[in-house]
Amino acid sequence: MTTVTLVRHSGYLTVRSVRALLRQPAFAAITLVQPVIWLLLFGQLFRSVVHIPGFSSASGSYLEFITPGVIVMTALFSSAWAGTVYIEDMDRGVMDRLLASPVRRGAMIVGTIAYQALTTVVQTLVVFGIAYASGARFPGGLAGIGVTLLAACLVSVVIASFSNAIALLVRQQEALIGISQFIVLPLQFLSSAVMDTRVSPAWVRHVARYNPVDWAVVASRQALSADTAWGAVLPRLGFLTLLAVVLAWLATRAFRTYQRSA
Amino acid sequence: MLGRNGAGKSTTVKILTTLARPDSGRAWVVGLDVLRQPDAVRHAIGLVSQKASSDPMATGRENLVLAGRIQGLTRSDARARAGELLARFELTDAADRLAKTYSGGMARKLDVAIGLVHRPRVLFLDEPTTGLDPEARGQMWAEIARLAAEEEMTVLLTTHYLDEADQLAGRVAIVDRGRVIVEGTPEELKSELRGDTVHVELTAAAARALPVLERVAGLREIAAEGSRLRARADSGARAVPAVLAALDGAGVDVTSVTVARPSLDDVYLRHVGRAFEEVAAA
Repeated sequence: MTTVTLVRHSGYLTVRSVRALLRQPAFAAITLVQPVIWLLLFGQLFRSVVHIPGFSSASGSYLEFITPGVIVMTALFSSAWAGTVYIEDMDRGVMDRLLASPVRRGAMIVGTIAYQALTTVVQTLVVFGIAYASGARFPGGLAGIGVTLLAACLVSVVIASFSNAIALLVRQQEALIGISQFIVLPLQFLSSAVMDTRVSPAWVRHVARYNPVDWAVVASRQALSADTAWGAVLPRLGFLTLLAVVLAWLATRAFRTYQRSA
Repeated sequence: MLGRNGAGKSTTVKILTTLARPDSGRAWVVGLDVLRQPDAVRHAIGLVSQKASSDPMATGRENLVLAGRIQGLTRSDARARAGELLARFELTDAADRLAKTYSGGMARKLDVAIGLVHRPRVLFLDEPTTGLDPEARGQMWAEIARLAAEEEMTVLLTTHYLDEADQLAGRVAIVDRGRVIVEGTPEELKSELRGDTVHVELTAAAARALPVLERVAGLREIAAEGSRLRARADSGARAVPAVLAALDGAGVDVTSVTVARPSLDDVYLRHVGRAFEEVAAA
């Protein structure tokens, strides 16, 4: 019963978010265009890094190298904004009204992260499409695309949960955006998203090993490559899943703090 | 629940609607413990908070259907109930427009409709008319009066408008600094005050004339505020000539004199005024 209610409530709230997105065509368009711009911009800007001695990419182009990087980066940047919806809801009376209703707190978290994950799926497919049209090829095939979708969605869940939790704790748009920026850029650049960490300083390589964004990028890139080292993919997906569950749970707990001090 | 801003009205509502936890003590709504049975409480109550609580990017109808579904109504029940409430609050024409396009008065009506979707046993209205223009406020009053009369439902209304409490409330609790100062029907509260209130409007500051009135027999609770004096008397009609004579004798120019039966305003000032003195003495 409780689980059924949780799923139902999550569904209602996901629909609410998707509907709101579709009603803001300009915003929806930016959501789709932005990753494409990143892909083409970074693809051009750093095109020659593949010639640095030690850069991985056995045969592939830089475009092929950064496609998973841009996908994960897009998931990261979009999800960092997830909490802003909560703050809008708090600034209006929507949050109070929902919290005074029997809606499951877990569903309020699941609703927003499911919406983020859906957005990520669409963005990922668009990036793949543009990359393919620009000549990139991914020997990993459907399995590779599947792993990339999963990894990107898990990053979405991790970051959206974090953003939601921060929103519930600080309750202020400026503070949330400040904290998100502070976290998101290092996560992005201390990873192999746009640069092979083997040609980075050793400390970057060490830090990247603990960076969930790097887990997602490495897992995706491996799965998309010709001879996938599944031993590198599966543990990273496992850790991402674990982190996603823990952060979603923590975000749900943050409602308690929000209510205690309301 | 009547009190000034900061008196503790909204905090009380937040505790009773499970939005905040009390630092100490316990509270029950329709016999349900707000700390131990929060879900049961949430099914039993509707909340219309001070701020607009509809989703601006959803239509009026979608807002109502979502609220109904969360409360456990089936899709068809939720749709039927939404239609019924839209008609009742005269929002049918705007039902399929986004809530962000609603005027202040319409948005407030939608908020109340959302609070009523599941036929709650207690409806909390937290300052429902704050920020509305006079016409919308009048409509909201009529709506609230109708609710209280027609539905088998308790309405807990908080307000800092005395006239609102006077018009709408079956029982009034005056709160100040987190405490209920006095409680009763408006009639009971007013009848506790003996006699009438005499208001005198002067051309100059009233403080100077205060000692003059203090010498007039039969006046109590004399107070000056700006250019106005107010005092209580057993019979206003009998006190007025004496008041005028005393002021005239002291050379104080009078603009107007009115006598009023006790209002909730007087009840409020009397109780809260005294409470303030107690706080200051403590």
